[in-house]
Amino acid sequence: MNLTTQQLLLAIAGMVVVTYGIRLSFLVFGHRLAFPHWLERSLRYVPAAVLTALIVPMALAPQGDIELTLANAYLPGTLAAGALAFFTRRTLLAIIGGFVVYGLWRWLM
Amino acid sequence: MSDRVSALLAGSRDTIPMLVGAAPFGVIFGTLAIASGIPAWATLALSALVFAGSSQFVAVGLIGGGVALPVLWLTTFVVNLRHALYSATLLPHARHLPARWRWPLAFWLTDETFAVVEHRLREHGDDMAGAWYWLGSSLAMYLNWLLWTTAGVLLGQSVPGLAELGLDFAMVATFAAIVAPQLKKRPVLIAALLAGSVALAARGLPYKLGLMLAAVAGVAGGVLAERSAAGAPQEEQA
Repeated sequence: MNLTTQQLLLAIAGMVVVTYGIRLSFLVFGHRLAFPHWLERSLRYVPAAVLTALIVPMALAPQGDIELTLANAYLPGTLAAGALAFFTRRTLLAIIGGFVVYGLWRWLM
Repeated sequence: MSDRVSALLAGSRDTIPMLVGAAPFGVIFGTLAIASGIPAWATLALSALVFAGSSQFVAVGLIGGGVALPVLWLTTFVVNLRHALYSATLLPHARHLPARWRWPLAFWLTDETFAVVEHRLREHGDDMAGAWYWLGSSLAMYLNWLLWTTAGVLLGQSVPGLAELGLDFAMVATFAAIVAPQLKKRPVLIAALLAGSVALAARGLPYKLGLMLAAVAGVAGGVLAERSAAGAPQEEQA
């Protein structure tokens, strides 16, 4: 973490303004707004797009360069967590399972 | 027991499954933030003032990685924009409420409270008991999130070196577990593949700008895939 206290305060303040603004939008200023249909459809893809965009570089290039090697425990751990969630739909089980694979991999390799 | 109190308690009670579901994420968030070097006060401030789990997780990843503040805020906007949809959906049930109700209820709007409250208001109508029910669900989610974040912060502080133990992997595992079940739908799969590829290719860009590019590419890909799967575009173009 390389933000100063001031920057951190500013970062959080901005997040508060953005998030509260969104939540207030219709509930408080609703009579002046309309929610476009195309935006509603686009929103459905935001979580998958943003989360995958965060995961992939961390799993494939944890140090910055792409590491498709046995030494990279992030990759099998992530795949295990994803596969467990995909087949069981149990989020917590998937996280723990991913951790076990990640830990074992690091310990073995 | 007055009608208000019983409605408040009913709202909290119906939110219990959501409270259980949110608890581990609160702990992981608090621990992860501390392990990423974010001070305890800032971690608690994120939970108390932003109160939006997924954007808090994303913020930890971005702040830990040295992000430019406009990129952080833009990402927060994109990740939390779905709340505008909830805000719009609940408006008909809140129109009769005075501002001193609507402002705080809007602050506490989450995926979980939306799911619980929207159902109840649709089934039972939106009298004043509905507002107390909504408040009960909101307060339960809020206090629950603060409690478990605090537990995570304490855990993170009492076990130094959690980052070396691979706690940074916790975020990847958490996100993978959230995303994976959604990939059964083809447009979502395409959105994820595109976003992941762009993020990987653009990971060298400064200020985590690659994340924004990837999000835009993924969302566009998902919408286009949905459109082509639907065949002839009969309904919208609005």
